[in-house]
Amino acid sequence: MADIAQLNATAQQIRRDILRMVHKVNSGHPGGSLGCTEFFVALFFEHMKHQPSFSMDGAGEDIFFLSNGHISPVFYATLARSGYFPVDELNTFRLIDSRLQGHPTTHEGLPGVRIASGSLGQGLSVAIGAALAKKLNNDPQRVYALLGDGELQEGQNWEAIMYAAANRVDNLIATVDVNEKQIDGTTNEVLHLGDLKAKFEAFGWAVLNLKNGNALPDILQTLEKAKATSNQGQPVVILMHTEMGNGVDFMMHTHAWHGKAPNDEQLESALAQNPETLGDY
Amino acid sequence: MNPYNNQGNQDTRSGFGAGLSVLGAENPNVVALCADLTGSLKMDAFKADHPERFFQVGIAEANMMGIAAGLTIGGKIPFTGTFANFSTGRVYDQIRQSIAYSRKNVKICASHAGITLGEDGATHQILEDIGLMKMLPGMTVINPCDFNQTKAATIAIAAHEGPVYLRFGRPKVPNFTPENQAFEIGKGNCLREGKDVTLIATGHLVWEALEAAVSLETQGVSAEVINIHTIKPLDKEIILESAAKTGAVVTAEEHNYLGGLGESVARVLTTNHPCPQAFVATNDTFGESGTPAQLMKKYQLDREAITAKALEVIQRKS
Repeated sequence: MADIAQLNATAQQIRRDILRMVHKVNSGHPGGSLGCTEFFVALFFEHMKHQPSFSMDGAGEDIFFLSNGHISPVFYATLARSGYFPVDELNTFRLIDSRLQGHPTTHEGLPGVRIASGSLGQGLSVAIGAALAKKLNNDPQRVYALLGDGELQEGQNWEAIMYAAANRVDNLIATVDVNEKQIDGTTNEVLHLGDLKAKFEAFGWAVLNLKNGNALPDILQTLEKAKATSNQGQPVVILMHTEMGNGVDFMMHTHAWHGKAPNDEQLESALAQNPETLGDY
Repeated sequence: MNPYNNQGNQDTRSGFGAGLSVLGAENPNVVALCADLTGSLKMDAFKADHPERFFQVGIAEANMMGIAAGLTIGGKIPFTGTFANFSTGRVYDQIRQSIAYSRKNVKICASHAGITLGEDGATHQILEDIGLMKMLPGMTVINPCDFNQTKAATIAIAAHEGPVYLRFGRPKVPNFTPENQAFEIGKGNCLREGKDVTLIATGHLVWEALEAAVSLETQGVSAEVINIHTIKPLDKEIILESAAKTGAVVTAEEHNYLGGLGESVARVLTTNHPCPQAFVATNDTFGESGTPAQLMKKYQLDREAITAKALEVIQRKS
């Protein structure tokens, strides 16, 4: 059984890491990062079978792809706290000569990253390729991908969604972060996504709805259900409803913090809402 | 006379298909993807022999490039197949981020390149692909000259770690290089020695350059002919050595002069051994419908055009 209290403590520390990282360089994307913190903690600290010693091929491991690369702060903090690289390296986020580029990349060899992302809409295709390779290699582990909801406006996703169902890529579990927000406003205002559940089902996917994507027990339960649903002829998608900016009161219920860093005063308030649990880097 | 014999006209895309078949039998990690052009790309044999390693992605090139990138993560060596236009311009950002920047071992194999695609016209005749691909850091760009060389190049790139753009064509053209030749990426071939002018050609224009050299010989001009099958990384030594000898260069390619082989050669010359250069290439224009021969003539890409440019560039020697 998962120790929920411990996982929540980890999530709280990662929220601190995210806030301090973006504050230091006065840039980066805290909103979506905070909204997905519990999901990353659930995946990396409980659900996935993975090796922080890191090999690119991930043979015998579950592997994860982040398609909406702008939420790199939560990805980096999670990887560091999982032991992929020293937590002190979070100090170098977005600085010159760093492995922690603004958007994730393999270019500098950061352990845990298997593809560059940031230009949106490409991650699901890559995840499908990695899943097909696992099938060819008779590797029973799964491939996970996280996509933003606004990102579904990119057409390549729908090529990938069509392909995965038609070709029964059933060792693939995609999650869409449904926070209903993007840079210019809500997804409804910018380009209405319509009924995502009906759309995925029409394409032939098994769809799981995760109503509270910021509650660790609910996330873990849904991931288990997704795992049980996999390998049955259909790719699986979790529509994960999250609150952007979760855990910091003034960053929630707005799209304003998509790509904006807090100032000194705001950082102090945000950190006060998330006391240290594992020690700051 | 032309030191090479035409062993019979064949299409370079069939050389690709033949090479892919050899790889399929030899290397279990080689996989192939196609975007609804299996017959055009001559991938049928690979598909028939290795159905589990062949991925039909449908008319969805962006997804194909992403899937190829993902397959490399599990140790596969993916060869993607579609027309040159849809292999490059249509999917530039997918190649840039998921393949080149991510340093993935994908082989982007592109048929129907250039104007000799013919009757389908400008929508399908890409004349910008070499430029697009050579600008990507870490991308190797190869444009072999005939069937035998395309087959050899296809086999060679599987052993090269890193992304490759392999460009070939639709029409049947002279097949004149040796069967089962060794193919060394980044190494040009001097096909004919001469002392008055150097003809540096790539792809279909290599044979035209050899024929131009025959015509120049009858006019008392001794032309050296170099086949540059690898545009990036470029074989600087063979170019500089020849330019130092002849003092004049003509580059010839089935591509826009902007971004093509000629500009890469010009950079090597201007930074090392400046000498007069003339460009046989399309002149910042789109193509149009017609037969390959008609188009090569109209857009001044044939042996007559190379001969004329050679005579012109010689006049500019100091």
